[in-house]
Amino acid sequence: MTYLKKSPWIIHYDASSCNGCDIEILACLTPMYDVERFGIINTGNPKHADIFVVTGTVNEQNREIILNIYNQMPNPKAVVAVGICATSAGVFRECYNVAGGIDMLIPVDVYVPGCAARPESIIDGIVTALGILEEKRKTMNTAPDEAAAAEPAPVVQEPAGGAQ
Amino acid sequence: MISVVWAIVFILLAPLAGGLVAGIDRRITARMQGRYGPPILQPFYDVGKLFEKEHIVVNETQVFYVICYFIFMIFTGALFFSGADLLLTIFALTLAQIFLVLGAYATYSPYSHIGAERELIQIMAYEPMVILAAVGMFVVTKSFNVSDIAASTLPVVLFIPGIFLGFLYVLTIKLRKSPFDISTSHHAHQEIVKGITTEYSGPSLGLIEIAHWYETIFLLGFVYLFFGFNPVIAVIAVVIVYLFEILIDNTNARVKWQLAMKSSWAIAAIVGVVNLGVLYYFAGV
Repeated sequence: MTYLKKSPWIIHYDASSCNGCDIEILACLTPMYDVERFGIINTGNPKHADIFVVTGTVNEQNREIILNIYNQMPNPKAVVAVGICATSAGVFRECYNVAGGIDMLIPVDVYVPGCAARPESIIDGIVTALGILEEKRKTMNTAPDEAAAAEPAPVVQEPAGGAQ
Repeated sequence: MISVVWAIVFILLAPLAGGLVAGIDRRITARMQGRYGPPILQPFYDVGKLFEKEHIVVNETQVFYVICYFIFMIFTGALFFSGADLLLTIFALTLAQIFLVLGAYATYSPYSHIGAERELIQIMAYEPMVILAAVGMFVVTKSFNVSDIAASTLPVVLFIPGIFLGFLYVLTIKLRKSPFDISTSHHAHQEIVKGITTEYSGPSLGLIEIAHWYETIFLLGFVYLFFGFNPVIAVIAVVIVYLFEILIDNTNARVKWQLAMKSSWAIAAIVGVVNLGVLYYFAGV
C-alpha cells in the first residue's frame, strides 16, 4: 500500500515569473478546481513538500534559492515546471538576464507548457508527477545509493529554512 | 482494573478516532468554503505518506524531543482516560508541549525558533484557564480524579458555565485553530513557513500529527467531563463543541500573539475567576 500518490504536498516557487502562471496555480486551490480533493496541499515549507512547482525562468538572483528549496526537500520528490518560461524560458530565452528554463538547474520531471498554463493542465501535470514520485519511491527503497548518486550535489550550504 | 482497560482502549483507538475527526473536520471545512474537500481518510493518507518519506534530521536531539512529545501526549491521554488525577494530567500535557518546544529550539532555523516562542506564548495563554477548569470541577465534585468527576451525578456545567466558556476559548488554541493558530496551523493554512514544525520532515512530522490526534481526543474527553452527568448529552455536547470550533476556525482571521495572550488571560480572569468566586460564595465550600 502506498500513500504517496494520495497525499502530494506541493511547494510553489515563483522564479521571476510574470505572475500569470502563479495566479493560475492559486486558482487550482479555489473552490472552482479544489485540488484538496486529491489530497494536494500547498505548503510553505520545502521540508514538508513532495512536489516542487516552479514558474518563471532561472536568473542569477533566484538560482541559489531554487537549488536551496530543491535540496531541502526530502526524497522522493518531483519537480513540475509550470508555464513556458519554466519549461524553456520561452520568449525571454535570449534576454541578457535570463539563464534558461528550470531544467538547466535541477532535474525537471514534468513540463507544463502554456502562457499562462491553464489550471486544468497544471492539475494534469501534478497528477502525472504522482506516477513519477511513485517510481522514485520504489528506486529509493531498492537502491538508495543509486538514487542518492542521481541527485545533484548540494551546492548551497545555508542554515536550514533560509530559503524563504 | 477497569481504569487500565480504558487507558489501553485510549492508546489503541484514539489515533483512529483522532484521524477520523481530523478528516471529517477537513471535509466540513471544505464544505464551509464552498469546496468538495478531501476524502474522510485523508489524514491517514497524509501520515502514511510521511512515513514513506526520507527522514531529514537537522539535529539528532530534535528526534529525541519529538519522541518524548509523542510518548508524553499518549501518557497524558492514558492518565485521563484511566481516571487519574486531573491536575497530574494537565501537568503531563504541559510537559509534552514543552518537549515539542525544545525540539523546535534544537535547530538553528529562525522560523522554527519563532514557532517555538509562539508555542510558549500559547502555553502561557491557555494554562491558567485549564487549571481553573480543573479547580472548578474540584469545587463542584469535591474530587480531582477524572473517574469521580465523570461519575458525578451533578450537572457540572451548570455550576461552572463561565469556566466552560473560558475553556472553549482556550480550546481553540489547543486545537490549533484560527484565530489562535499562531505557532503552527492545520490544513493548508501557512504560518511563517510552518512555525514550530518547520524543521520536521517525514516520519518525525508524522509522529507530531499522530500525537495531535491523541491530543484532540484527550481534549474532547475534557469537554465530556463538563457534561459527565448524562453520557448522551455529553456526547452531543462534544460534537457541537467541535463543530463550533470548526465554524470559528473558518470565520476568523489569525490574530496577533498579543491579542491571543491578553484575551485568554482576560477571559480566564473574568469568567473563570468570577465563576469560581460565586461558586465559593454561594455553595459555601
